[in-house]
Amino acid sequence: MSKKETKNDLAIETLGLTKIYGSGNTEVVAMKDASMQVHNGEVVALLGPSGSGKSTFLAAVGLINPPTSGKVFIGGQLTLDGGEAYTNLRSFRRHHIGFIFQKSNLIPFLTAVENVQIALELNGETPRAGRKRAMELLDYLGVADRADNLPSMLSGGQQQRVAVARALANRPSVILADEPTAALDSSRGRQVMELFAQVAHEQGAGVIVVTHDHRALDIFDTIYEMEDGLMQRKIQHAESSV
Amino acid sequence: MNLAAKDIQHNFGRFALTTLGVGMLLMVVMGMGGIYRGIVEDATILVDRVGADLWIVQRNTKGPFAEVSRVQPNLVHRVLAVPGVQASREFAYYTIQRENRGKQLRIAVLGLSWPTDKGEWVTLIAGRLLTQNHFEMIVDESLGIHLGETIKLGKETYTAVGITKGMLSLNGDGLAFVTLPDALAIQFDTPGESIRLERAAREGRGEVSELVLKQPTLLDQAAKPSGDLPAIARPQLSAVLVTLASGTDLDQVVNIISGWGDVSVYTKEGQRQLLLKGMVEKVRRQIGLFRVLLTVIAAIIMALILYTMTLDKIHSIALLKLIGAPNRVILGLIMQQALVLGVLGYCIAYTIGQKVFPMFPRRVILTQTDLLQLAGIVLLISVVSSLLGIWKAMNVSPNEALA
Repeated sequence: MSKKETKNDLAIETLGLTKIYGSGNTEVVAMKDASMQVHNGEVVALLGPSGSGKSTFLAAVGLINPPTSGKVFIGGQLTLDGGEAYTNLRSFRRHHIGFIFQKSNLIPFLTAVENVQIALELNGETPRAGRKRAMELLDYLGVADRADNLPSMLSGGQQQRVAVARALANRPSVILADEPTAALDSSRGRQVMELFAQVAHEQGAGVIVVTHDHRALDIFDTIYEMEDGLMQRKIQHAESSV
Repeated sequence: MNLAAKDIQHNFGRFALTTLGVGMLLMVVMGMGGIYRGIVEDATILVDRVGADLWIVQRNTKGPFAEVSRVQPNLVHRVLAVPGVQASREFAYYTIQRENRGKQLRIAVLGLSWPTDKGEWVTLIAGRLLTQNHFEMIVDESLGIHLGETIKLGKETYTAVGITKGMLSLNGDGLAFVTLPDALAIQFDTPGESIRLERAAREGRGEVSELVLKQPTLLDQAAKPSGDLPAIARPQLSAVLVTLASGTDLDQVVNIISGWGDVSVYTKEGQRQLLLKGMVEKVRRQIGLFRVLLTVIAAIIMALILYTMTLDKIHSIALLKLIGAPNRVILGLIMQQALVLGVLGYCIAYTIGQKVFPMFPRRVILTQTDLLQLAGIVLLISVVSSLLGIWKAMNVSPNEALA
């Protein structure tokens, strides 16, 4: 496939992603032939037991840890073909991908609002405009009153909401979340999941959420499941029985 | 948003202590340079200020500051007869150690050719110049002798009539200015018993002398004081200082005096260079090596500090990479902290140095050139020492943010 090949209707498409660590006797296949399509505005849940390859898949789609083989398309643009990058990955992540992790992963020496603002400033926003948008997001997520607190002064749930605000800051076309509700109570967890769905539908972003929280699966448009590195099942929401 | 400033603000206590430590280290580097400048100043202050065009010293010696130099007192008259010489002065210089008010006192004594030289070239901070030929002295404040205080040197008591500042010998001893006769009296002071024994010995030698056997009255002369004996010369001088008439060819005068077999002659610059190359050179090398070592140590310590600071926030750096921060943002974070550390350390070094250096027993002179040079070096080592941290930051994978 040429470098200019695009598939404009898809937010995310992976083709035969395989990740192999080590070689010879120490070879471990973390992910094998994993393919997925996420349309614009679609919210996808990725289920699976620990060690099944979910995080490896997410790292490959997030252009953090390239696969050994297979292709990754973001917004229809070929970005990775095996280990070969077809764009400046870091710049691409900055513009197009929002990350949310199990742990909030906030920068400890920045306040809540600054943690959101930095993502905007890295994308060329002025400090004033960045702060305004960051405050709007924090307000939207219900943590505006803690804007000037350092992460160490926030509860786990508050930290996670700040992390969500940071991920949404640049209106990314792709949001990747790795167990984002693990540190939240069920009510807050559901709110966050609904927020993802709302963002996906309003902004047309493709969202992949790795989760163990089966209580909120009704929110997702599509559910994938990984086991032993294989993308095993694909369940449309209507037929989900999990 | 300035990430470096935010990180410093967050870890202010630790950063402040680290900067203070670096500042103290840089203060030592600064002080070493200042000590060297002080030694050079002390070594050359006399040569620079005494106002002599030529220094005439004992043949094949390097002059009174380098070694013992003895010239005949009548040399001053011989020199005056050389065409082009406007004035010649006697000069005596030596160091003594005495006790004053229970404290050991090292004094560099300088004999002025009073009244030709009343010490007008010495800058007084209190009191006056010498107004009589005996028993007055001008002292440097470092000696701790107060104005009007008396001190016994040899058999006489001298009164401090003037106080100077910063007039030190090469070894850092305070200078005391007295008239030449007093300087020679102090230098060649001999205990009474020793004089009596010498007279007796002289008499004993005379008794077996063939001359005395032929002229017995000579034996009576031998018992007289040395000053009454025409055969015994006056105490010798350290050097003769020459001032040339304006328009005189310096080389011509040097050529004439160099032809005399009993003396060597140096120009002011020659004497200065002898001091610097002979006496100060080893000190310069020693201090220079210390400075280089301390600068290298400062750079290593700064590199380790910056590396540790980078390690402390390696997760944040990985996270910044993950959310797409370009390398220049991460490089700026580390480099700016390195520069802040270096610049603040330098300012601390300078500020504390200004308070501490005057308490040092030797003079510490901070010249603008040295300060600018050190500032440049500090900036350079700040940049170089940040490289290790930058290398670590550049190599960290965004994956580590997920760990």
